[in-house]
Amino acid sequence: MRDVSIIPLGAHPRDIRLEDLKAGIERVLPVTASVVMHPLDIDVALDGSRKQYHSTSVLTLLLGRSELSSSRLLGITSFDLFVPVLTFVFGQAQVNNRAAVFSTFRLHNEFYGLPRSGEILAERCLKEALHELGHTYGLRHCLDYPCVMNSSTYVEDIDLKPPDFCLPCRDHLNSVL
Amino acid sequence: MSAFDPSDITIMIVDDEASVRQSLEAWFEDDGYTMVTAQNAAEALQRLQEGTIDIILLDIKMPGMDGLALQDRIREFNSDVIIIIITAFATVDTAVRALKAGAFDYTTKPVDPDELSHLVRKAVENIRLLRENKAMRESLDQLQYVDDIIGQSPQMQKVLELVKTVAPTDSTVLILGESGTGKELIARAIHMNSRRRYFPLIPVNCGAIPETLLESELFGHEKGAFTGAQYRRKGKFEMAQGGTLFLDEIGTLGLKSQVDLLRVLQDKEFHRIGGERLVKADFRLICATNLDLEEEVKHARFREDLYYRINVFTILLPPLRDRRADIPLLARHFIEQHAKAMNKPVPELRSDAMDVLLTHNWPGNVRELENALERALVINQGSAIAPDDLPVQVGRATAGTRNTTLAEIEKEFILRTLESHGWNITRSAEQLGIDRVTLYNKIEKYGLKRPE
Repeated sequence: MRDVSIIPLGAHPRDIRLEDLKAGIERVLPVTASVVMHPLDIDVALDGSRKQYHSTSVLTLLLGRSELSSSRLLGITSFDLFVPVLTFVFGQAQVNNRAAVFSTFRLHNEFYGLPRSGEILAERCLKEALHELGHTYGLRHCLDYPCVMNSSTYVEDIDLKPPDFCLPCRDHLNSVL
Repeated sequence: MSAFDPSDITIMIVDDEASVRQSLEAWFEDDGYTMVTAQNAAEALQRLQEGTIDIILLDIKMPGMDGLALQDRIREFNSDVIIIIITAFATVDTAVRALKAGAFDYTTKPVDPDELSHLVRKAVENIRLLRENKAMRESLDQLQYVDDIIGQSPQMQKVLELVKTVAPTDSTVLILGESGTGKELIARAIHMNSRRRYFPLIPVNCGAIPETLLESELFGHEKGAFTGAQYRRKGKFEMAQGGTLFLDEIGTLGLKSQVDLLRVLQDKEFHRIGGERLVKADFRLICATNLDLEEEVKHARFREDLYYRINVFTILLPPLRDRRADIPLLARHFIEQHAKAMNKPVPELRSDAMDVLLTHNWPGNVRELENALERALVINQGSAIAPDDLPVQVGRATAGTRNTTLAEIEKEFILRTLESHGWNITRSAEQLGIDRVTLYNKIEKYGLKRPE
């Protein structure tokens, strides 16, 4: 339950320092994280007409690799992700299960026509990582704004919440971890 | 009062594409909504028959009956469900048709997460207001029950004082009294005068539900919790959320159910059967019984810890035989009420029939009196109600068991009433439900004398 593999997928998200992300996750969650450089081709998840990757298919690909044995697999990609009915998703996770993925595509300030900021990007990545991992540990969306499990449909929503869990969500995590 | 719980809202996704159903189901499940899916119109109609659906996310283009035709079908029998059309083939024509036919909103696939989230939040707010409105209307309808408590006798006035005192607090109330004394009316009066009055009062007759079913009745269950549990079902604890739970005949509760109840009262939360999520229990508890609970505790049939937990504020309802002064008032009320229901003119009650009512022992209390008068109204052919119109056992219990005449019974009863009030004519007349002149006449008629 306590080991988390951070797996960069497809083109390496160069502007993210994965070691910082690993440290951030370990600071907030009682887990041991490691960066696993594993060659995983996710092109089968690409929808050519949408020029986006189907996040559910990416999760299936992660789960299909037997050599990835950690209890939690967190994929990170710079490609844009989607599920069929929605225009995009920031990330997706299996509730109470092993796999999660998130994309940095819409976490960059440049995507919104704003000046580049490595600091803001790192903060958003950490929140997304914690949010998706929270799902894998059984948490649903939290109605409290000051909780990383609060649902985000805009990048501004992500900026509003802290990189931490509210007390009830924290209690749940303590009971399973 | 109670916080909004997304799992109270059931959303149905109707779409022939499995990937759309799955992704929407997962997306809304993360928000905590209860999800149902259907891949075509027939399946959607089937799901609507099986349980309450609050919101439908409906695709237009489907094999067989399309989304717009399905919307028309649904609207024929359900005007409450909120329908949101999500289609990949949007045209102005279909949008106009859908909205005219009563769709709540219309959007195109793929939809922006924020837009979808906003649409559903808007729909949920609508549902919340509708539910609140319904609950308030039902509560207003229930207000009449407060007026239904009839009793001018000192005993009933004391009961009503206690109701007024305890109602605004959130204390657990234990109502004691024989069958038919009106325990549920008192529970309703407490609820209606409490701050929980805009939320439901959920009565549960513990004696009427077999022990094996009681657990699922109280706690509710998740889909698949046991054989036959095909759908999630809310229990009474959850239905009473924000309001009042009235456990009638609590003395008949089995020992296992007593433990379960005690745990909920202590923890203020519970799991549905087969469920993992903790549900908050936010209700006021009112219990009632006609058993002597202390005696039940002594014989280990009722848990002592549960007894102390429910025995916080006790209201003892007097049996009708101990408040005969209320009989004329109650009789008049029931005659008027049932005559109105039967669309008959309100008949008079002959004084000899009133004598029978006043002297009967009423083991079944107010309920027996009401039934007796309802029966009398059925039999009565428009003249004043006579002793013959009353059920045989009412007359018999009086005349038969005591082997005496009605006049003697009246004489004895008046004498007893006078003695119990130290021959105070005003108070005796009040209890007997007659005026002072009539009482003087009766004293003279029966030759009653005040002891020296």
